[in-house]
Amino acid sequence: MASPEIDHLTQALARLPGLGPRSARRAVLHLLKKRETALQPLIRALEAVEARLTLCSTCGNADTSDPCTICADPRRDSRMLCVVEEVADLWALDRARLFPGRYHVLGGRLSALDGVRPEDLDIDRLVGRIAGGGVDEVVLAMNATLEGQTTAHYLADRLERYPVRLTQLAYGLPVGGELDFMDEGTLAQAMRARRPVA
Amino acid sequence: MDLSTEALVLSLRQHGEHGAIARALTAERGVLTGYVRGGRSRRLRPVLIPGNHVLGRWRARTDEQLPALTLELLHSRAPMLGEPLAAGAIEWATALTAAALPEGQPYPRLHAALAGVLDAIEAAPSARGWAGALARYELLLLSELGYGLQLDRCAVTDRANDLAYVSPRSGRAVSAAGAGEYKERLFPLPPFLREGGPAGWDDALAALRITGHFLLRDIAVDRTADLFAARERLVDRLERAAG
Repeated sequence: MASPEIDHLTQALARLPGLGPRSARRAVLHLLKKRETALQPLIRALEAVEARLTLCSTCGNADTSDPCTICADPRRDSRMLCVVEEVADLWALDRARLFPGRYHVLGGRLSALDGVRPEDLDIDRLVGRIAGGGVDEVVLAMNATLEGQTTAHYLADRLERYPVRLTQLAYGLPVGGELDFMDEGTLAQAMRARRPVA
Repeated sequence: MDLSTEALVLSLRQHGEHGAIARALTAERGVLTGYVRGGRSRRLRPVLIPGNHVLGRWRARTDEQLPALTLELLHSRAPMLGEPLAAGAIEWATALTAAALPEGQPYPRLHAALAGVLDAIEAAPSARGWAGALARYELLLLSELGYGLQLDRCAVTDRANDLAYVSPRSGRAVSAAGAGEYKERLFPLPPFLREGGPAGWDDALAALRITGHFLLRDIAVDRTADLFAARERLVDRLERAAG
């Protein structure tokens, strides 16, 4: 039987993605056992983030500084801009460290059923960044869903008047994928995007 | 409930971390909703793209319970997502159907018509081949929901020939003679809406203006009104394609 405070902590953790009541209880027990090496550093980290959390006024990334560390990094190629739906997509792409340029987070995607319109997304600021010059290539890294693709088509329309190269992520077989288990849609995309063997 | 049937995927919503709630249109039971366990997985996401033709099995102990839905892909329309007009049309047709139709009521004609429109979008290299079919689908949806247009006789003269306009108020056809000085306030009636057959760009766009007006007036209530931004983007794109 835990105290109300510990119960409250368990319930708060259980609401986080990836954690249920059982795993939250295990996490709490771990924090209680490792008070100095786990609980206190966690509290300090949470307080630091909570105190300084902000959205980058340039790209929309969530960070503790504005401009964010990516926008402020002079080693980034400012001529390349990658447009993503959510901050999670930015972090996923940047985790791989494959893209040397900068990002722009739309904050969602166009959705007929959810009533998300272009004005609900951070598109005007994106257009402003491109209209401001200095960008040679815009990578539309939308999800390969119906809504993601209609958002990409809409952006392509909006950006076609600017002298930038518009590119899109390739679609097809995932690494480690076996043809036998692929759906026909993925196979069709992969076949369409086939390329000469080097 | 234990129903196994073919269906067209209409919409998908995330539910929890791994699951999804999907809505699909069946011929026998109309729009059905189901919880898809693992619906956000890499394996199932390509199956749950709106417009896909699937074999679904809905299972629930009682009719009040949200059924569990398992799906097998029969035909994917994912290759169409790379085409701006096709993707926009699939998004609009499926979203309109999902939002406008009540659950559990059979609309076999709409099911067949939606399948036909999606097939036409897939088959036609140009939107000119399916824009008219999309307008006819919207017209059928209005009719099935009780807001059908009367295009067989003139609202003024009651004659069945020379029909050239549609009244934006009554939704009835008006002949050229009957329109008189009011013809500027009426929608031109493209012949293919009455007689069938293929539609050129001008006729298809004229038909979409008519159906858009009545969808907005009669179907777009509350949150359904939000849908129309997608339709405006699609029609705008069609108008640009038509030149």
